[in-house]
Amino acid sequence: MNSAEHINVSGRVAPARILSGLMPRSEAVLIPLGALAVGFAVFSLFLLVLGKSPVEFFALVWKAGFSSAFSWQNTLSRVAPLVLASLCVALPARLGLVVIGGEGAIVLGGLAAAVTGTLVAPLPAVIGMILMAAMGMAAGGVWIGAVGALRIKRGVNETIASLLMAYIAIALLNHFVEGIFRDPASLNKPSTAPLAEGLRVGDMPFVTAHWGVLAGIIACILCWVLIERTTLGFAARIAGDNIRAAQVQGLPVGRLVIGFTALGGAFAGLAGYFEVAAVHGSANASLIAGYGYTGILIAFLARHNPLAILPVAVLLGGFEASSGLIQRRMDLPDATILVFEGMVFVIILLSEALYGRMRIFTPAFWEGR
Amino acid sequence: MTNSAKLNRRAFLGNATAALGLATMGGVLRPGAANAAAPLTVGFIYVGPKDDFGYNQSHAEGAAAVKAMEGVTVLEEENVPESQDVQNTMLSMINFDGAGLLFPTSFGYFNPHILELAPKHPDVRFEHCGGLWSEGNPTNAGSYFGYIGMGQYLNGIAAGHATKSKKIGFVAAKPIPQVLNNINSFLLGARAVDPTITCQVIFTGEWSLAVKEAEATNALADQGCDVITCHVDGPKVVCETAVARGAYVCGYHADQTPLAGDMYLTGAEWNWASVYTDMVAKTIAGEPIPNFVRGGLADGFIKMSPLGPAVSDAARNQFEAVKAEIMAGGFAAIKGPLKDNKGNVIAAEGEAFVETDVALESMSYLVEGVMGSTS
Repeated sequence: MNSAEHINVSGRVAPARILSGLMPRSEAVLIPLGALAVGFAVFSLFLLVLGKSPVEFFALVWKAGFSSAFSWQNTLSRVAPLVLASLCVALPARLGLVVIGGEGAIVLGGLAAAVTGTLVAPLPAVIGMILMAAMGMAAGGVWIGAVGALRIKRGVNETIASLLMAYIAIALLNHFVEGIFRDPASLNKPSTAPLAEGLRVGDMPFVTAHWGVLAGIIACILCWVLIERTTLGFAARIAGDNIRAAQVQGLPVGRLVIGFTALGGAFAGLAGYFEVAAVHGSANASLIAGYGYTGILIAFLARHNPLAILPVAVLLGGFEASSGLIQRRMDLPDATILVFEGMVFVIILLSEALYGRMRIFTPAFWEGR
Repeated sequence: MTNSAKLNRRAFLGNATAALGLATMGGVLRPGAANAAAPLTVGFIYVGPKDDFGYNQSHAEGAAAVKAMEGVTVLEEENVPESQDVQNTMLSMINFDGAGLLFPTSFGYFNPHILELAPKHPDVRFEHCGGLWSEGNPTNAGSYFGYIGMGQYLNGIAAGHATKSKKIGFVAAKPIPQVLNNINSFLLGARAVDPTITCQVIFTGEWSLAVKEAEATNALADQGCDVITCHVDGPKVVCETAVARGAYVCGYHADQTPLAGDMYLTGAEWNWASVYTDMVAKTIAGEPIPNFVRGGLADGFIKMSPLGPAVSDAARNQFEAVKAEIMAGGFAAIKGPLKDNKGNVIAAEGEAFVETDVALESMSYLVEGVMGSTS
């Protein structure tokens, strides 16, 4: 191609040139959005087969999750534990590890925070709160860090290990809450002693959602910086892409794995802290609410990108906020939203196969080559 | 290339649906519009599925009775965890449907969730199942509960007549006062028939954990227990497993006759239909509901399942006689001389704890004859 032709081409089809630059960058956004749309469509068919109206369904999702101040409050109040729990999946995933036991770190983080809360009552509230959060994070970090250590030191499959350890964590919670940490006054619902009022976490100004939402946002930004803008994150991404290559390069793969799993666990533990300090006021079996499992879904939908976790968590929070209205108005079972989420999840996973295979996302397609 | 064509068609459908959704948003479904004619909207919230043959079904049967009342709109939501979710569900029922009376039925919904919302919504009445309301709690909240231990005592009488091995079994969720009271009552009822009967108890540790419930039931059958009852959220698994092992079943929470058939002796059931219709009628009439309501068999808070075909005439006679005594009032299952299964004295000669006795609310023992441990 000589220079005269080049000028000619660029002058004639400027939009194509913009698209040739834009489209490759937007692949990571357009494919998930397309998959989401396909998921909506498949679920609409499912509803039509059941004789229900998809239009009513999506209108209700909008109404309950996003249409008003109350809807947003309902959605956001679900977001905090979901965001923090999904970091427990996303961080190890960047190293190629599939950790699905965040639920265990949440319940143990909550238990550790609640027990710390009963011990720090004589201290100033601020110090007490910091200690509670720190102990919650430590408990979660140790729990999921152990999953990473088992993987590195003993070659134990981290997916199975983390899931089984979640069951152990739940058993430990029940054991301690019904045993040595039980508040004798909690007769028919064994719980730890209630937190002092000064140790409770309240709502943020202007929004009826507790400070855990802000903590989740900050955590996501920190994780993004860690992964995308530090040498540590770079090393982790290399290890995630090709562990042999990373080892040959002399990267500390073992420490990276343990560090990233522990950090993920610490965020899940922080979710447990907020559940105790902002919602329940003590640790008991209500901590086992399944946030750790919804976190898996969010992390995969966000393709383990910490910044994408935020909008996806809001979307999922909105879906779940609409579950009740859908039960009541459409006479559908509560599992409807789970079916919906499951269909979207499967289609998003299938869409992974499209990356790098669609010509519209290559510059060549737009430059007419 | 059929694949990509299909994909495009689906994507188009998705977009079309989304667009339709956008177009209708905001225009339809104004809050409360559908309920404009109804003077009262009542919301029921369940922690599990409402067809669990157990705790949640018993409440759903109550809701069905309210549904049949004139001028009442009933809202129901199932599988709501005892987390922020239940607050959101209550708020959603208040804000979107204009609910004026809520029945959040799970024990863990009260503290902190109802306590959090009730002061912010003084026009809404929060009625909680479980007897937790105490002086100083919001006045627009209330508690109701039933003394179902007497139902387990009557179960025990039916079991005492039916057992041949003199060993009966109990599958229990957690060693908390309510459950312990049921276990003790079941055995004491059976011992009113034959003092040599023993009861083996197995705790599963969870309110709803089907696998462990099946294991526990099988273990009881292996040990020779030939009548089995339970206190878990949904007795379905226990019933079906027990019947498969040839054991008789005494029900709990709701009527399990459809599950156990001829092997069903009787069952201790909640009678929420009577409680709920009464409370809703009072609310419509503008009468106050007391903040703390409790009742037993005589007050229509609990009832017994119809006796099954395996119940002998002798059993029926004793069952009806004791039932009449309970209905008359003052009947005590826990009465001296009585020891716990570690040998400590629970009640001295002449001492008796009637069902309303607050001492029973903190029960921490299993009586002599129950094999098992609370810790």
